[in-house]
Amino acid sequence: MSTAAPSAQPASSQAASGKGLAAYCRGVTKHYGSGSNQVLALRGIDLEIPAGKLTMLVGPSGCGKTTLISVIAGILDRDAGECSVFGRDFSAMGQRERTRYRGENIGFVFQQFNLLPTLNAAENVAVPLMILGEGRAAAVAKGKEYLAQVGLGDRWKSLPSQLSGGQQQRVAIARALVHSPRLIVCDEPTSALDHETGGRVMALLKDVALKNDRALVIVTHDARIFSYADQIAKMDDGRVDQVITGSGITAEARGH
Amino acid sequence: MFFVALKMLTGDRAKFFGIIFGITFASMLITQQASIFVGIMTRTFGFLTDTNQPDLWVMDPKVQFVDDIKPMQDTMLLRVRGVEGVRWAMPLYKGLIQARMENGTFQTCNVVGLDDATLIGGPGEMVEGSLEDLRLADSVIVDQVGAATRLAKPAPGAPRDAEGNIPKDWPRIPLTVGDTLELNDRRAVVVGICKVSRTFQSQPVVYTTYSRATRYAPQQRKLLSFILVKAEQGVDPSILSDRITHQTGLAAYLTKDFIVKTYMYFIKYTGIPINFGISVMLGFLVGTAIAGQTFYNFTLDNLKQFGALKAMGASNGRLLAMILLQALVVGVLGYGIGVGVGSSFAILSKNSELAFRLVWQTLVVTGVAVTFICILASLLSIQKVIRLEPAIVFKG
Ligand SMILES: Nc1ncnc2c1ncn2[C@@H]1O[C@H](COP(=O)(O)OP(=O)(O)OP(=O)(O)O)[C@@H](O)[C@H]1O
Ligand SMILES: [Mg+2]
Repeated sequence: MSTAAPSAQPASSQAASGKGLAAYCRGVTKHYGSGSNQVLALRGIDLEIPAGKLTMLVGPSGCGKTTLISVIAGILDRDAGECSVFGRDFSAMGQRERTRYRGENIGFVFQQFNLLPTLNAAENVAVPLMILGEGRAAAVAKGKEYLAQVGLGDRWKSLPSQLSGGQQQRVAIARALVHSPRLIVCDEPTSALDHETGGRVMALLKDVALKNDRALVIVTHDARIFSYADQIAKMDDGRVDQVITGSGITAEARGH
Repeated sequence: MFFVALKMLTGDRAKFFGIIFGITFASMLITQQASIFVGIMTRTFGFLTDTNQPDLWVMDPKVQFVDDIKPMQDTMLLRVRGVEGVRWAMPLYKGLIQARMENGTFQTCNVVGLDDATLIGGPGEMVEGSLEDLRLADSVIVDQVGAATRLAKPAPGAPRDAEGNIPKDWPRIPLTVGDTLELNDRRAVVVGICKVSRTFQSQPVVYTTYSRATRYAPQQRKLLSFILVKAEQGVDPSILSDRITHQTGLAAYLTKDFIVKTYMYFIKYTGIPINFGISVMLGFLVGTAIAGQTFYNFTLDNLKQFGALKAMGASNGRLLAMILLQALVVGVLGYGIGVGVGSSFAILSKNSELAFRLVWQTLVVTGVAVTFICILASLLSIQKVIRLEPAIVFKG
């Protein structure tokens, strides 16, 4: 706890220049429902996500982690506050532009992989390219290349059901990378996997995904993977309490 | 992305065939029920479509439908012939007359009497003999189904009791050309066999000439059932109809209007169309519900996949196009097979008692209904993706 940074940091010099910063949030709030059913999921989030670094969002269940990355990734509108991804604000864009921007700049890795069960591995990896309008043959060829990068070059013909959980998540990672997005968001990417496989997936993410100054945001419960982080944002009840960096991370990982 | 849409649809064979089967069944059910309904309704006016030459049917104004005979005086024929614009006007007798059969039993027949000179109003299709043979003495033409069933004669070699009657259970064979009947104690010789549309009146149909029919008929002051009228070239039949009504006080309907009047009578005053209409509606509802449910479930199963596609940058328009393509593929396939199976009923039931009539309107309605329902169902299920709730994208 000794290295804990103060929670609500003012806009840093990095943010001001926009250099090296993939995304930032300031005072972001978000509620669900209305009346007596209203839930305040985010109560004023301040967070900076540096490019070329792996940021982990951790915290108890229901503290708003998924809500926060949904806002950052532009699939959920915030109520108030500022939020920008590579200098662009999703809420200032129209529906079409937002979808397009998301497709070009953000890669997704899901807890349950969310591969299309009737497409083979290479076709699954090719989906983001096809969404962006690339022809099928070219997209699938590129899909095979990326599969090779995650060590599944020889399994391109396999259907998801013919792959293990770890292999499926590697396909999902290849899919999140194939269109060279600048930000990758992952919600609990290792929680459906055993410890060893989870470790390998994390190593792969750090190895492959962080290239080219890409930013990585990973939501996790799993303390065993904390050591892969460059920065850990601890959340509780809709706020970021602490941002831990450097040697604090080793302490945090050991602490659990 | 259409490649992805088709792969999503056809990738899981079992599921794909399940959807096709559901929609096939729905289409079949709708076509089949609707065709039986149309078939039943057609029976109400079968006699009108068999008699297709005249422009107008002229009758007593109190007549409500084709089997509702209110005879007119023969002099009415001359008055109608005198109306300007009438090219020809022919008498038609239609009435029920008792026929005595060879084995001694009686059978009521629907006797149609045609104008002696022109034989206008005769059956559309002859199976044996020709319409002209009605000019022979005592001649009648009998309908094929009637000849084979109610008017069938005993097989040769039948034993007879003291009164000359043949046992009721003795096997019977169809009445054929050359056989005789007794209509109201008068001799009638079968000179031809014809085909008629089935009607609600299950009696055999016997065609003869007008003068002979009036001789067969029980003695009455008035015998003229209908006057069939053809308009002169260039005369609008509906204007002529008004003129006839105005000058003679008789009702004159275009054939299509008389058809409507007839089946409207059946709809209003008999429970048949209503009861059947309800079962058609049910077939339609069940059919569309099955089709809708099947496709709704399919889209719902794929909701997470659609959600992931949308998160990855697929626009709503793109997703809708994918779903429409899927609906179209299963709609066309299921509809095609379903209607194919439905139509085979039409072929199988061609010479049977089944009232099955497949018209192109039924095919169009079925196709539109099935496709529309698939699209509606998928739109309902895709709503969540359109709104894109993070729960769909991120939750397990
Ligand atoms: N669609 C929704 N409607 C209403 N409330 C919601 C909805 N989604 C989330 N919430 C509520 O918002 C709060 C934050 O939810 P969120 O999913 O962001 O938490 P989380 O930190 O991701 O939890 P977990 O670790 O269990 O995934 C919770 O109290 C949750 O119940
Ligand atoms: Mg969550």
